[in-house]
Amino acid sequence: MQLTKEKLLVPELSNDKLIDLYKQMWQIRLFDEKVDEFFAKGMIHGTTHLAVGQEASAAGVCALLTLEDKITSTHRGHGHCIAKGATADKMMAELFGRTTGYCKGKGGSMHIADVDMGNLGANGIVAGGIPLAVGSALTAKMKKLDYVTVCFFGDGATNEGSFHEAVNLAAIWDLPVIFVCENNQYGMSGPVKEMTRVENIADRAHAYGIPGVVADGNDIIEMINVTDEAIKRARSGKGPTLIEAKTYRWKGHSKSDAKKYRTREEEQEWRKKDPIKRYKEILIEAGILTEEKAEEIRLAVKQEIEDAVKFAEESPKPTLDDLLTDVYA
Amino acid sequence: MMREITYLEAVREAMSIEMRKNDDVYILGEDIGVYGGAFGVTRGMIEEFGPERIRNTPISEAGIAGAAVGSALTGMRPILELQFSDFITIALDQMVNQAAKIRYMYGGKGKVPMVLRTPSGSGTGAAAQHSQSLEAWVAHIPGLKVVQPSTAYDAKGLLKAAMDDENPVIFYEHKLLYKTSSAVPEEEYSIPLGKADIKREGTDVTIVATAIMVHKSLEAAKELEKEGISVEVIDPRTIVPLDEETIVNSVKKTGKVIVVHEAVKRGGIGGEIASMIAESEAFDYLDAPIKRLGGASSPIPYNPELEKAHVPQVSDIIKAVKETLNRA
Repeated sequence: MQLTKEKLLVPELSNDKLIDLYKQMWQIRLFDEKVDEFFAKGMIHGTTHLAVGQEASAAGVCALLTLEDKITSTHRGHGHCIAKGATADKMMAELFGRTTGYCKGKGGSMHIADVDMGNLGANGIVAGGIPLAVGSALTAKMKKLDYVTVCFFGDGATNEGSFHEAVNLAAIWDLPVIFVCENNQYGMSGPVKEMTRVENIADRAHAYGIPGVVADGNDIIEMINVTDEAIKRARSGKGPTLIEAKTYRWKGHSKSDAKKYRTREEEQEWRKKDPIKRYKEILIEAGILTEEKAEEIRLAVKQEIEDAVKFAEESPKPTLDDLLTDVYA
Repeated sequence: MMREITYLEAVREAMSIEMRKNDDVYILGEDIGVYGGAFGVTRGMIEEFGPERIRNTPISEAGIAGAAVGSALTGMRPILELQFSDFITIALDQMVNQAAKIRYMYGGKGKVPMVLRTPSGSGTGAAAQHSQSLEAWVAHIPGLKVVQPSTAYDAKGLLKAAMDDENPVIFYEHKLLYKTSSAVPEEEYSIPLGKADIKREGTDVTIVATAIMVHKSLEAAKELEKEGISVEVIDPRTIVPLDEETIVNSVKKTGKVIVVHEAVKRGGIGGEIASMIAESEAFDYLDAPIKRLGGASSPIPYNPELEKAHVPQVSDIIKAVKETLNRA
């Protein structure tokens, strides 16, 4: 479908779905901004990694997934969770450490999972989820199930041995997995340019004999298009694809980051490529959305997040008896 | 009379029986296909089950461990073979940070039913990187179970229980035991994890021994019997969960206990067992200090005399028993 003169959306998506995705991007942003606020105020303990500015890759990649499809996520995973169908109330409750949270308050920010919804979990270990995604894809192949597994990770993860081992395994076994590298330019403070010699992370795909695709990670339409092709390839038994989404995290690595390793000018440049604003402009030009409707959506999401906070605050805390439950099945 | 098979055959038989019944069970590992595995455990299995289920992998311990965990989380029941237990170092992130914690981190949702089988122990001249006994490392991690069979009979029954378990289980096969035989029923049976076996009953002193040290302790017990010393030998069989009750009851009976394992004594599971006894009601029954025997605080050396000197031998066990009796 030709959305605008420049923007072609390859897969068939309804206008409702396209508007839903716009809403979802706001859910991701406003959830993380609320979390940021709570951490600053000391209302949530532990740490957190926010994906503000990276909404297009989570929402775009997951736009075409079914309930049966799986994802694995990262420490910066709130957006992936929301895109795979998680709701803000149970996520917020998890961050508040309440029993109504996705993990009954035992996982926290870095471990939100919803296995029944196909979210195999965020991960506190960089590249830890990549072999898991390959295992999930192996199940699909061995049980002859139709689902695909999307594996999210950052640029930093591609310098881990697990990345190499897992991508190679998926390649030799033609597994239905889609590797999505969200290259947000920094592994904590390490600029991607100093940590690898290759121009694009996607170039590494050649070493495994699989396709590698570079995409504008701040353009949700492009993310949907490249994912569409990778999913078709995976579902037809042709194996994995490595997608590199070039993007930028607006916030620091985690709550304690003074961002000394990058300039404010660079941050401003990337803010101009705001994925939500860009998507809104496309939808308005395509006649699918109006400014008024867009603002309505934003305000509705804002309320949703406030409701989620209320839900979390009113939810029960675990009892000390819960300490030793769920260690073994 | 019941037929005898080797420990290695018992492991293979347990897997084959299970794989014939349950399509979700598969094995993955390096050189487990036509080669039959580094020690020959999977020999002949690819011919029966095919390359999909006897899945030969690249040399990628982290990758294949993670693939096992991910497939277990999504409905398979993988058996991961690592060629040598020393290589678990490369797979540890997946076992310790992922497999062991997933269920807890996810608030009780999801499970990881998998068995990691791997040969451990010294005595083959393979030196420092192919001879270790690292079971205490994984025993330290809540969420994992740890099994160390000492006989063919136990290996078959414990492996069945491990395969049936809904949790990640690390299953240590001692490489010097592979060729030892015992009477093993042809049909399937299960030995519950967490149930110790009294390998020999006695009244004067208790020896708690694991893996190959069970055999060395039984040999020592036989020698000591000639001198009128009655030794009880307990094989915990699984160190997680640990059958504390059987050990405590034995110590209450004999009042003296020696813990023997091949792994390096420092930080070994013997310290845990000794502490458990000291904290239990058996403490009041102790007539002598608890004694531990374990590997020396050095890497495993290559030279055969040095290699032997690294781990407790029958003579060391006999000496320890006599010292303990003298202290009583």
